[in-house]
Amino acid sequence: MEERNLKYPIGPRHEINVPSDFSFVPRAKDEVRVPIGPQHPALKEPESFSVALRGERIMGVDVKIGYNHRGIEKACEQRSYIQDLYLVERICGICSHTHATCFAQGVEELAGLAVPKRALYIRSLVGELERIHSHLLWLGVAGHEIGFDTLLMYSWRDRELVMDALALLSGNRVNYGINQIGGVRRDVTKEQATEILKAVDKLEEQTKYYIQIAMEETTLIQRLSGVGKLSHDDAVRLGAIGPTGRASGVDRDVRRDDPYAAYGELAFKVVTDGHNDVYGRTIVRLGELLESYALIRQIIKNLPDGPLAVRAPRKIPAGEALSRYEAPRGEDIHYIKSNGGEKPERVKVRAPTLANIQSVAKMLEDRYLADLPIVVAAIDPCFSCTDRTIAVAGRGAMNWEELRRYGIEWYRGQGIDFSRLSSKLGRGA
Amino acid sequence: MKVIDKIIRWGRLKSPWIIHFNTGACNACDIEIIAALTPRFDLERFGVQLKGTPRHADILVCSGPVTRQIKDRLQRIYCQMPEPKFVVAVGSCATSGGVFQDCYNVLGGIDRAIPVDAYIPGCPASPQAIIDGVVKLLKKLEESE
Repeated sequence: MEERNLKYPIGPRHEINVPSDFSFVPRAKDEVRVPIGPQHPALKEPESFSVALRGERIMGVDVKIGYNHRGIEKACEQRSYIQDLYLVERICGICSHTHATCFAQGVEELAGLAVPKRALYIRSLVGELERIHSHLLWLGVAGHEIGFDTLLMYSWRDRELVMDALALLSGNRVNYGINQIGGVRRDVTKEQATEILKAVDKLEEQTKYYIQIAMEETTLIQRLSGVGKLSHDDAVRLGAIGPTGRASGVDRDVRRDDPYAAYGELAFKVVTDGHNDVYGRTIVRLGELLESYALIRQIIKNLPDGPLAVRAPRKIPAGEALSRYEAPRGEDIHYIKSNGGEKPERVKVRAPTLANIQSVAKMLEDRYLADLPIVVAAIDPCFSCTDRTIAVAGRGAMNWEELRRYGIEWYRGQGIDFSRLSSKLGRGA
Repeated sequence: MKVIDKIIRWGRLKSPWIIHFNTGACNACDIEIIAALTPRFDLERFGVQLKGTPRHADILVCSGPVTRQIKDRLQRIYCQMPEPKFVVAVGSCATSGGVFQDCYNVLGGIDRAIPVDAYIPGCPASPQAIIDGVVKLLKKLEESE
């Protein structure tokens, strides 16, 4: 078949971010290496695995991520705080409110702003709606990974209810843009609150049905039980957080341990489970859904009156801030350093998947290849959150002087010599 | 037009199989593409089916700006698809780079790596917009052949 003429020729390969030990060549005599990804039907994001197999058993997994690295942290340093708020919202499309709120909290701490109560409640409301949409999404994906596509279609159908509620509240289905530094941009009217409560009632009914399925459906229980085992000790040692950790009995939740937004004034239970496997993670997420419904009812009932935002200064006082937020996947951390200007000096994001991905290797040890998709999916991985840095292969870390010299040499190689240019300009002046 | 050509054309228009590829997107467009395939929107009523391999697909649905890391793989997937093939860029990032313009690891829109047939803007593009874009592409095919 004739190839359509590529207007854009395939250029030289970029050999970046290849860990030196990542290869598909078998290392032992009886070992088979299976390459998975970057394009693969199981997960929607690009990442590459090199799975070492002996028979059907997994002996080891090498992971290569970084395909989604866009350079957001660096871009944050080149934009103002207000622009950054919308940029960090696009770190991840599933937990967009998480990153925006986490960033806004940090900047507010630096600027010493007292955010109005109503704004804090609205932030919590959107946060809980986001948790519902993320957990329902996960339930569908998990169903898809174990060949239970009916569950995918059911939970995604119900997920549209919460998407409608979010669209009603913010005007967009995914990137809500509800935050601003010092408060929120949009109010919740009485009519909107009634609509949200209606959606929550319907969702609660459906969630109870899913819990019934999880408790009674033998195929589901047998497929998920004992898969992706992570003992309590391992979970603590490897730093598993969020539903992944809570399903191994790690009783940690930032909403309770370090309350932010309105969570200090709301009553809720942290759902934990002792199954230590994928089944336990399903139970935890379903339990959290019910908690989120109760939280939304509380928030709407106790929504205080008052202004939506306080005025934020354009220049943020110098200092450092660390902000924490319980994302649907676990604890999200933003570190912001300001030098007193309009732009941050440094923004660092630690997304929950980075903390959980370490435990995947432990979960997969000596398991069957067929369990790989569901075990990876069970931590609800988000690689666009995680891909924060890349290392350039063949060159270690460079200090500032080396980096500068490398830059000058690279441009000279391209035929551009800044030193000659500057001396010319100097003569002209 | 020969009878066999008519049958092939009918087959192509009524069963456009798609493959979805994330070229560095933030997941927002990806979940909206999946949402378009699930019961509320149900893209499958146009014969659209999501496939796992590029060798089975007619339409490559891309989301996200092209990162330097993914460019080679995107071009490889494009080359693996059988003719005739079409590319749909979903989302603002896929059309132009969006908010990630000028990031050091981002090349820009999908058209910086492979030719694109349809652009669907939006951050993220809503399922309605995605359906509209796919239907418009099908109409374009119908007229062109």
